Amino acid sequence: MLSEFPFYALALVTLFAAIAAMTLRNLVHCALCAAAAFTGVGALYLLLDAPFVGFAQLLVYVGAVAILIIFAVLLTCAAETGPGIAFSSSWLAGVCAVALVLAGLVLPILMSPSLDRLAPPVAGAPVKDIGNQLMTIYVLPLETIGLLLTAALIGAVVIAMQDKPDAQPASDVKPPPREIADKDLCLR
Amino acid sequence: MRSARNPLARLSTEMDGSIDQIFVSTLHRIASLAPPAAQPLVSMLLIIAGIMVVFGSCFALTTIVERKTLGRMQNRYGPNRVGPFGFFQPIADGIKMLTKEDIVPFSADKALHFLAPLVLTVPVWLAFAVLPVGRNMAAIDLDAGILFFFAIGSASELSVFMAGWSSQNKYSLIGAMRAIAQMISYEVPLLLAAMPVLMLSGSLSLADIVQAQPPGHWFLFTPWGLAGFGMFLIAATAESNRSPFDLPEGESEIIAGYLTEYSGFKYALFFLGEYLGLFAVTGLAVTLYLGGWQAPVSFLQWFPSWAWFALKFAALILLFIWARATLPRLRLDQLLNFAWKFLVPLALLNLLVAGIWWWTGRAQFPGLLIRWLVCSAILAAAYILLGRGLKDHKLPPHRYHYAV
Repeated sequence: MLSEFPFYALALVTLFAAIAAMTLRNLVHCALCAAAAFTGVGALYLLLDAPFVGFAQLLVYVGAVAILIIFAVLLTCAAETGPGIAFSSSWLAGVCAVALVLAGLVLPILMSPSLDRLAPPVAGAPVKDIGNQLMTIYVLPLETIGLLLTAALIGAVVIAMQDKPDAQPASDVKPPPREIADKDLCLR
Repeated sequence: MRSARNPLARLSTEMDGSIDQIFVSTLHRIASLAPPAAQPLVSMLLIIAGIMVVFGSCFALTTIVERKTLGRMQNRYGPNRVGPFGFFQPIADGIKMLTKEDIVPFSADKALHFLAPLVLTVPVWLAFAVLPVGRNMAAIDLDAGILFFFAIGSASELSVFMAGWSSQNKYSLIGAMRAIAQMISYEVPLLLAAMPVLMLSGSLSLADIVQAQPPGHWFLFTPWGLAGFGMFLIAATAESNRSPFDLPEGESEIIAGYLTEYSGFKYALFFLGEYLGLFAVTGLAVTLYLGGWQAPVSFLQWFPSWAWFALKFAALILLFIWARATLPRLRLDQLLNFAWKFLVPLALLNLLVAGIWWWTGRAQFPGLLIRWLVCSAILAAAYILLGRGLKDHKLPPHRYHYAV
């Protein structure tokens, strides 16, 4: 039991953070709790002797995805949900989607033959092996993901470039300068 | 983590009484006093205490040295009231900071306002764990040490956001957004600049990277290493929000940015976190390009390894102070353009140059010279062309009018 204590502690923290990320009223709090949950998952990977995956999880999810979520929350300017019920009215559809995704993930894992194999005596693959495999056996998936991400990046740039001055209809009427109100800065 | 090699096990095999290993052998001697079961724990605690004492006093020393050097470069004395030449100023500053009233704004998000300085400072301390500050002197030698370093560093952006948002102040929030934009933009060139080192040393472990740079063969002494070192230093300056990239603060526009609503101990923690972040990234620069604890030439190897590390570290810190005293600040758009249009393409090209360097690794004398020239020429041409392209042609040339 004592040797399993770190696992239970981390799992508890991760679960609580994930539940808080779903239920808290303030979207920024939710995003930060999600970041905490990501950190917990990363720590669990470390506990499983997979430091490379753990650090990559921290780097990508805490360093990039969490910041992205926060920016999205601030730019949409609805950090605080109003009084009343905070759950979406289409929760049933959401549950169905989640169940489908979960089944899509869990079923292949349960049916995969790798479950019958015994764990190797020395846990944790050296980073060098991971690198070698990524660059030899799995080079095609790796390059495909790289291409996909590049396409997403270019797409984002194209969308962001839309409002060029010459692309707009020729009207000399400029919008009046707006006063910056607290609401625009996402202050409560 | 089992993949981390136990430092104590390695010590016992390589222990010797020389001055090079004095810290290692002292640690081993103290730890051996403890009962055998507690020895790993005791040695780890001692290492942690050592890191905190050394880099904590580095922080105090750097603040006073920085203020004195800035003063000297600006033709003034700098602090000179407390102690001889004002060298006890950090102590006075510390007492002042700790006894100041800790003000939390009425409308602030109290919990986040409290957590933000901790989220900045705690991970930064962790980053020192993987730095090899001397031969056999890394607290933990992780297989993926450099990845650990950057993964830990990603918490600082969250901290800045928490500080800015929780203060419920527009200056704080705008300052935080600026700081995050800057930190995200410069993280890309920082990582890309470090990449050739990983390619050429073939390892993510910082100890292996140092081993790959024997005296006279530091990565700095190659074209891609020199370019990478320059880019790494620039990106590191921006990452630690130091002048000339100290845009998150601006008295006339956004006051102190995300620090506007912080005072007393919490402000001191931010200050500490910023300096420790600078130290960590400087230590990484020393490890990646300046051969870590290795001597520059082999006949200087009698000098202890930790002293080499300390010397290089101090030289880089002085370079940062010098840059702060002499370079004018950038505007925000210049700052972001510089990262995305200059540093990132150049760093990507540097990857290619490092690849060429790797493929021509077996070259003999004339080929060696050609390799040098070709690699340098590619980088120099890209530097000049990108620099030309970055020039803003829309603005009329600046005309300065001097008072006569």
